[in-house]
Amino acid sequence: MTQGIPLNFFLIISTLMFFIGIFGFLTRRNLITMLMSIELILNAVNINFVVFNKYLYPQQLHGLFFSLIIIAVAAAEAAVAIAIIINIYRNFKSIDVDNVDEMKY
Amino acid sequence: MVNYAYTLLIPLIPLAVFLFLGLTGHKYKPIVSGIIGTLGLGIGAILSYATAISYFFVNHVDGTKLESIKAFEIPWLHITENLTISLGSLIDPISVMMLVVITTVSLMVHIYSIGYMKGEKGYHRFFAFLSLFTFSMLGLVMATNIFQMYIFWELVGLSSYLLIGFYYTKPSAVAASKKAFIVTRFADLGFLIGILMLSFFTQTFDFQTLTNPNGPAIANNYGTGFMGLSLITWALLFIFMGGAGKSAMFPLHIWLPDAMEGPTPVSALIHAATMVVAGVYLVARLFPVYALTGGDALHVVAWVGGFSSLFAAVIACTQTDIKRVLAYSTMSQIGYMMLALGVSGYGGHDGLGFMAANFHLFTHAMFKALLFLGAGAVIHAVHSNEMGDMGGLRKYLPITHITFLIACLTIAGVPPFSGFWSKDEILVAAWHHDKVLFIIEFLVAGLTAFYMFRLYYNIFWNKDTHYHHTPHESPLVMTIPLMILAFGAVVSGFLPFHKMVTSDGMAIESHIDFAVAIPSVLIGLIGIAVATVMYRKPGSLPDKIAGTFKNFYKWAYHKFYMDEVYLFVTKKIIFRYISAPLAWFDRHVVDASMNGIANTVDATSKSVRGFQSGRIQQYGYVFVVGAILLVLLFIYIF
Repeated sequence: MTQGIPLNFFLIISTLMFFIGIFGFLTRRNLITMLMSIELILNAVNINFVVFNKYLYPQQLHGLFFSLIIIAVAAAEAAVAIAIIINIYRNFKSIDVDNVDEMKY
Repeated sequence: MVNYAYTLLIPLIPLAVFLFLGLTGHKYKPIVSGIIGTLGLGIGAILSYATAISYFFVNHVDGTKLESIKAFEIPWLHITENLTISLGSLIDPISVMMLVVITTVSLMVHIYSIGYMKGEKGYHRFFAFLSLFTFSMLGLVMATNIFQMYIFWELVGLSSYLLIGFYYTKPSAVAASKKAFIVTRFADLGFLIGILMLSFFTQTFDFQTLTNPNGPAIANNYGTGFMGLSLITWALLFIFMGGAGKSAMFPLHIWLPDAMEGPTPVSALIHAATMVVAGVYLVARLFPVYALTGGDALHVVAWVGGFSSLFAAVIACTQTDIKRVLAYSTMSQIGYMMLALGVSGYGGHDGLGFMAANFHLFTHAMFKALLFLGAGAVIHAVHSNEMGDMGGLRKYLPITHITFLIACLTIAGVPPFSGFWSKDEILVAAWHHDKVLFIIEFLVAGLTAFYMFRLYYNIFWNKDTHYHHTPHESPLVMTIPLMILAFGAVVSGFLPFHKMVTSDGMAIESHIDFAVAIPSVLIGLIGIAVATVMYRKPGSLPDKIAGTFKNFYKWAYHKFYMDEVYLFVTKKIIFRYISAPLAWFDRHVVDASMNGIANTVDATSKSVRGFQSGRIQQYGYVFVVGAILLVLLFIYIF
């Protein structure tokens, strides 16, 4: 299925996804959007693992396992993060990071 | 050797009573604290009498030396091999004598206070403080070393402060307590310097080692030292400064008259019978050192004592507050004791003055406590301290009148009352040593008789004042101590002091020297006679005489302006030219440099605080930019 598609295309896609994620994480003030950006970053890494595994070592499965672990961790992280976000919302009636500055000097 | 370890209980019982009453006294009825305090003291008094009888009579063979015994001692602070501070109890003639004096007077004052302080606020506090004072004073006299003495010395100063300021809502009492504390504390600075100097040269704090005639303090030759006096003399003079402060010797006497702001039983106990003689006790304790190291320090002691006694006697003749008259009389009598120590030598019949000083200390404690308690009964009856408000009280207060009269006769030196015997010994000792001092004391004896009978007639005779409430005799609980003390004042002169308390522990011969005794009794009688003529009936004679010596009278009435001199020296000179510049330096140089450092740090911190914004996205941004820069750097290098 991937025959004929050069490795670079995949890398360009994952690089784009990675930097879109970074950009979103740094510029958005909404916690949900920031969480989504982090998911983008993780998935960009996942693509890299899978693609490199396929192109460089087709007989082995290390890269696939790595991406599976990352998906599991990302799911757990999303659960925790959303729990935190819900609690922040209950306390501050907002999920804007700039409003959460209770502990600041 | 008899075991005297039980003497440790004598100070510890009052300590226990103090802790108990201080912590839980408010829970009981007031009378309970009075009874507990009195009972505790009663046990202490019985133990003291047992010690005295055992030490002087039962376990002492006539003609042998009275040994100094260390009944108990534990090392308390072990600082280095050579420097250990111990706590313990020392049994020797003067400490046993002081035990008897303190417990007797304190017991009488306790019993008396049950009646006198009735209905006062802070009844249990009063008894707790009395116990604290008794504990400290007993610890002071039983000290085995000079450092222990210093500790208890400060404790008696503290309890004196607490008791003078007992009526702490009265501004004058608060001022008086502060004055007493600061003046004696200032004197104690000298005491501490003296202790440090003395122990530096002798390498010991211990009294037995210090006062041993062959010991390091006396045997060494210290050379001329500083300003023509040997260093040990300087040390002894500094120690005497502490003693002079506590004993209200000129010029450190200014606190004693003001200390009369305290309740009268306190004046009787602390400011007449016990604490103020601590200075005499201190010199007596170190007497061999004073006497056997040249004797220069003793000259100072003698002259300070002699001058103070004359100075105070003159002031006492002009005061109108009865307690102040008694306060100056106390100062004058302590001057006598100091003088007696000062003219004494060590050992044998030369030590007559030492014996006389302690003898007078003993009899003085009895009659002066009696005078104060009697004055307390008078004040209790007429609610005033001023002589002008009194007069004709002999009809209303018969018991107080008789006991007061006995005390006045005693202090005036009329035989056969005790004051005659002890004062006579002092005059004999002075006669043999220095004729000038003898003449001073001779005059003071006359003045003493005069001002005491001036006081007596003004209270009990003179005019018939009309009282709003008819004065009535005090309850039995107050008059019984008066009677007991009157008995003591009469008979204590017959105690064989010359066999008991001597400079080297050996008995000396003592007999009445008629060449001294007859003139001294005569001048006492003249003083009484003059007072009788002037004050027995109301008349204008006292005013006329005061008018004749107008300026001198005014000076004496204002206590020779000593308070004003002190205020001038402290406020106008020390505060203005030393304290104020130092305060300025402290505020503008020391504090300012510290504040400058703090301000600099504060300003720096504020300027860099922005880096730590707490915004995770800002951190992330810096991190990403940094990572990109690093990548570019590596690409450029490789």
